[in-house]
Amino acid sequence: MTEPVLSVRNLTTSFRTEAGWKSVVRNMGFDIHAGETVAVVGESGSGKSVTSLSVMRLLDPHASRIEGEVILNGRNLLGLSERGMQDVRGNEIAMIFQEPMTSLNPAYTVGRQIAEVLIRHKEMSKDEARRAAIAMMERVRIPNADRRFDQYPHEFSGGMRQRVMIAMALAARPKLLIADEPTTALDVTIQGQILDLIKELQQEEGMAVLFITHDMGVVAEIADRTVVMFRGDQAETGTTEKIFRDAAHPYSRALLAAVPALGAMEGADKPLRFPRVDMASGAISPLPPQARPVDYAAAPLLSVKNLATRFDVKSGLLNRTTGAVHAVEGVSFDLWAGETLSLVGESGCGKSTTGRSIMRLVEPRGGEISLQSRDVLKLSGSEMQAMRRDIQMIFQDPFSSLNPRMTVGQAVAEPLIKHGIAKGQAARARAAELLDQVGLNSAMMDRYPHEFSGGQRQRVAIARVLGLEPKVIVADESVSALDVSIKAQVCNLLMDLQERLGIAFLFISHDMAVVERISHRVAVMYLGEIVEIGPRAQVFGNPQHDYTKKLIAAVPVPDPDRRALRRNTPVDELKSPVRPLGFVPPVRSYREAGPGHFVMSA
Amino acid sequence: MSSAVQSPALPKKQPSRAWRSLRRNPSAIIGALIILPIALLAILAPLLPIADPNATSWTAIRLAPNAQYWMGTDEIGRDIFSRMIWGARASLLAGTISVAIALVTGVPLGLLAGYFGGWVDMVISRITEALLAMPFLIMAIALAAFLGPSLTNAMIAIGLSAMPIIIRLTRGQVLAVKAEDYVEGARAVGLNHFEIMSRYILPNIVPPIIVQAALTIATAIIAEASLSFLGLGQQAPAPSWGSMLNTAKNFLSQAPTYALFPGLAIFLVVVGFNLLGDGLRDALDPREH
Repeated sequence: MTEPVLSVRNLTTSFRTEAGWKSVVRNMGFDIHAGETVAVVGESGSGKSVTSLSVMRLLDPHASRIEGEVILNGRNLLGLSERGMQDVRGNEIAMIFQEPMTSLNPAYTVGRQIAEVLIRHKEMSKDEARRAAIAMMERVRIPNADRRFDQYPHEFSGGMRQRVMIAMALAARPKLLIADEPTTALDVTIQGQILDLIKELQQEEGMAVLFITHDMGVVAEIADRTVVMFRGDQAETGTTEKIFRDAAHPYSRALLAAVPALGAMEGADKPLRFPRVDMASGAISPLPPQARPVDYAAAPLLSVKNLATRFDVKSGLLNRTTGAVHAVEGVSFDLWAGETLSLVGESGCGKSTTGRSIMRLVEPRGGEISLQSRDVLKLSGSEMQAMRRDIQMIFQDPFSSLNPRMTVGQAVAEPLIKHGIAKGQAARARAAELLDQVGLNSAMMDRYPHEFSGGQRQRVAIARVLGLEPKVIVADESVSALDVSIKAQVCNLLMDLQERLGIAFLFISHDMAVVERISHRVAVMYLGEIVEIGPRAQVFGNPQHDYTKKLIAAVPVPDPDRRALRRNTPVDELKSPVRPLGFVPPVRSYREAGPGHFVMSA
Repeated sequence: MSSAVQSPALPKKQPSRAWRSLRRNPSAIIGALIILPIALLAILAPLLPIADPNATSWTAIRLAPNAQYWMGTDEIGRDIFSRMIWGARASLLAGTISVAIALVTGVPLGLLAGYFGGWVDMVISRITEALLAMPFLIMAIALAAFLGPSLTNAMIAIGLSAMPIIIRLTRGQVLAVKAEDYVEGARAVGLNHFEIMSRYILPNIVPPIIVQAALTIATAIIAEASLSFLGLGQQAPAPSWGSMLNTAKNFLSQAPTYALFPGLAIFLVVVGFNLLGDGLRDALDPREH
């Protein structure tokens, strides 16, 4: 075998803390050959990003210490001066980051930022660099590259910006590309396009790729070999097939078992709990499905008809309304007690706005919302506050959804006091019970949110709304920001609560695999409208609408054998729901594809 | 009381976390060590065995510090040490009360403007901008002249002049905090606007306001000195550090120590409040540990 492009030996990275040096990555060792993709996977805090930053030597030299060897084409990078490293970065090793919205400089045109790399590393003239940059933009399949060269980053969508980042990274023809969660912030159809692109470019260039990700589906899709990290240690290294087929380390098995896989629910009719996985031993014990039946003969708990929410677009000197974002348009659905209805779709499709409109956190422009046959849109301010006992919301980001100045005990007790359910010590005692119910130790109730992990905070947020004994909970991407094992636990908690208390969930998510697991019914949204709605098994097993099919096809499946089914999704961008003033939305008609399964036909 | 209340799983509530962390904070301790003695002297001035601050002596004019007059005497033979202690009352009062006025008026207005937005914000912000267009000291002088010369009116004038800065700072902070999920979560739980503002927004915007307040105390002490110099603040013969400093500057070449003491005192108090402000900011933040 030829020499590897990158060879990492005994890499140990430590950070300076008050208590001395603390190692966060220990004894990493792996090789990457030309044309090969190695994925580093692990949960947050496992040290995968620190590994890539150590290779690039991008950590603060005063606060960190890197030991071992990082050999790039026979040269130990750890022995280079900072000046020498500057010639390596962007030239021999290029890097793309997670957040395409912030990793481009908003003050310069996109083309100039690509050209700069060429001028800096390849000593091209300005004209040469411009031509090369346009060629590069064409290679990353940016349509109309010569026109878009002079545009600024804000004129590009997230997926297109990530293409620009890739163009910048590849401009200098690096030997090694480090991709740190490059698709995590992107929508699933865009993610598929970017993964395809990285793969194609890799084949053309024979480049080595180090791919950092938490998503086992992406790993299965792209990696030749995989390094599994667990709390700073390298748990296991092997070919991706071997890791997925028979992993040696218990943690790898546990990680894989916790991953929700699209298609795993074929044949199942009830929402299924995730198996309980012991992260230390790797032992997997399956749990029963959520067995509480939904009584569809009864009147629905929540009924939404022709909901429309629009936001005015103002422009010009006089700030006149020139159009509107039709965020939600003609959305209708029913939700029964004890049922989970999932709203799925990509960013900007209006699924969150639908949830917030139902809560009246934004004011809908039209339509009807009735909760237990009360008209929600006609309630006054104080009636609305009282109604909020019955319908509650859990947010996405566990780091911003709790008031940092309130202890978790106060946060959980507050709604009880507000709605006169309990007060004083009784409220405190009830809050402790609620924390126990969501699997937290009530002895921690006087701590502040920052002392909890993301998953624990999400449990606090759940305990907080649970005290009100709501009939409906709107869960807006509530598990999306969590690590796989934690995600499984929180989903199971939601299903437990549903089984025990008969809560109806409006589950808003872009994660198709989780949705398939926990839903009774699914509604697919596109550009503010529901294009398909029906029982979960129908929508996933027999998708009718083109968009639904595309969405399902784009989800990476954590199974390397199914990689051969290349997607070849066409390069496109999500269309915009901005409409001119006076736009009358077309009246949609739906056809019934099966019992309770409706598809937009026109 | 129910049995659940005595449950051993329920830990005792600890009310004074901020206080405990304040006591461990070095900058807060140094700030307090500077300000507390001065404040104590100012409060106890009538009880202390010191000379009458207004008693003149034609045999002891512009003396350098000595055993009888620890800080020397001024141009009409008054004991500077005594005047320093009595003057601390005016300066500290002017500093704290005027800032309190600025906070009591400015924070609610900033909260309303930031939280409600729309025309409420329009009205408050436009007026604030108009006030900010006037230099701080000029506005304080104009207001003090309008209200009539006295220490109380000077404090009101300084407070109102400092208010626009507080309004604008508060409004900006509210806009940032308002975008957090927990504020929307509070609405979703059914809290009303007042509860959200007082429990979710105000506690999260306190740190920068405290720092600004500590800095403003320093500015206010200096403003009081300027107003006193113009005859709009502390009325002669009652002492204040500002008026003393302003008189002393006429005698800098003959009696340099005369200016030294009020100048040093103002400097120390300003530094003290700044340190205390920093310490408070850290102590009030539960994340700072």
